Amino acid sequence: MYELFKNLGSWLTSGAQWSGSDGIAHRLAEHLQYSLLATLIAMAIGLPLGLLIGHTGKGAFLAINLASFGRALPTVGLVVLVFLASGLSMTPVYVSLVALAVPAIVTNTYAGMTAVDPDVKDAARGQGMRGHQVLFQVELPLALPLIMTGLRLALIQVVATATIAAYVSFGGLGRYVFDGLAQRDLVQVLGGAVLVAAVAVVLDLALSGLQRFLFRHRTA
Amino acid sequence: MTIDWSWISGHTDDLTTLTVSHLQAALTAVFFGLLISLPLAVVAHRVRPLRGLLLGLSNILFTIPSIAIFVLLLPISGLTRTTTVIGLTVYTLVVLLRNTVEGLDSVPAKTKEAAKAMGTRPLRTLLTVELPLALPVIMAGVRIATVMSISLVSVATYIGDGGLGQLFTDGFQRNYPTPVIVGVVLTLLLAVVADALLVAIQYVLTPWKRRRA
Repeated sequence: MYELFKNLGSWLTSGAQWSGSDGIAHRLAEHLQYSLLATLIAMAIGLPLGLLIGHTGKGAFLAINLASFGRALPTVGLVVLVFLASGLSMTPVYVSLVALAVPAIVTNTYAGMTAVDPDVKDAARGQGMRGHQVLFQVELPLALPLIMTGLRLALIQVVATATIAAYVSFGGLGRYVFDGLAQRDLVQVLGGAVLVAAVAVVLDLALSGLQRFLFRHRTA
Repeated sequence: MTIDWSWISGHTDDLTTLTVSHLQAALTAVFFGLLISLPLAVVAHRVRPLRGLLLGLSNILFTIPSIAIFVLLLPISGLTRTTTVIGLTVYTLVVLLRNTVEGLDSVPAKTKEAAKAMGTRPLRTLLTVELPLALPVIMAGVRIATVMSISLVSVATYIGDGGLGQLFTDGFQRNYPTPVIVGVVLTLLLAVVADALLVAIQYVLTPWKRRRA
């Protein structure tokens, strides 16, 4: 056990391990690239959907059920399924990661919109604001903290799950996990797992810190 | 991509075994998750300073990727069902703990005072007043944790377990979609059925909620 952690320590800290195309630095960059792109695509789909459902109050049933569907959908199965259907490309990776992120974004955006005080919306309309003005100048700013929570949750889940890119033969930090499992190299497997966990935890702490800073003047 | 129906009819025994094993892993994890989070939630509810610590800790555990948790457990429990269950249990903690604390918070102070005034001892108040009243919020957490666990079991396929998740590796290695489709559909079905059952259990356990409807 002690020997294992010592080897893990030297694996994580050796300069050779960090450089080159199979180096940690390169794999980390790939991992972040997959995660950020997938989250951006999911934002482009989830934010308008959540805002629309929240603003019109129509489709709330969809928003709620999308969340449990997203939780129930096994990502491992989805990535393999899309892989078998589309062949060797990044499509399966992005489809699975986006499918994972969209429900979190939609439900939190929707939750943020419904939490806006109806009196405030009435007041905005009473002042003669149009529907889109109420949405963008009143509801959206007030819902922003919860929307950001949704984005943060989505990004963290995507970072954690982007390991599957390596399962369908791409890069990212999952490479170490799956190569290590195939080579029965526990140190490499653990190294990959520790790195993914560290990226997820650091991102989560950084983003929640940013959120607290941005909304420091709000009481709720 | 077509479904090979004859594969399904030829593998009903395997599918049943995998489904049972899948459900067993998920439910065991939720059971242990409850066993751990109920006492912790009572502590977090009563002792304010510990509250942030416990909730924060469970949040950090939740950000650790499931594959990482399984792998990190390998030196301790190896390629076994125990690893799967411990990994899943860790994941259920954040939802169960948060919901149980919120549930206990939602019990009106006046109700607790009434129990105290009637001479009910603290432990009895907890068991017969607070927990039953917190049940709807706790059950909401149990439902989320169960559905999440059922979906996550398949990740354990990478460490040689994974219930229905084994169908994904099988289909992937043989470039054969049928087992994968069957695995995804059965996982979703399990989640839906388990969720419906939990709703039914909650209905039975909270008779006082029914009269209002």
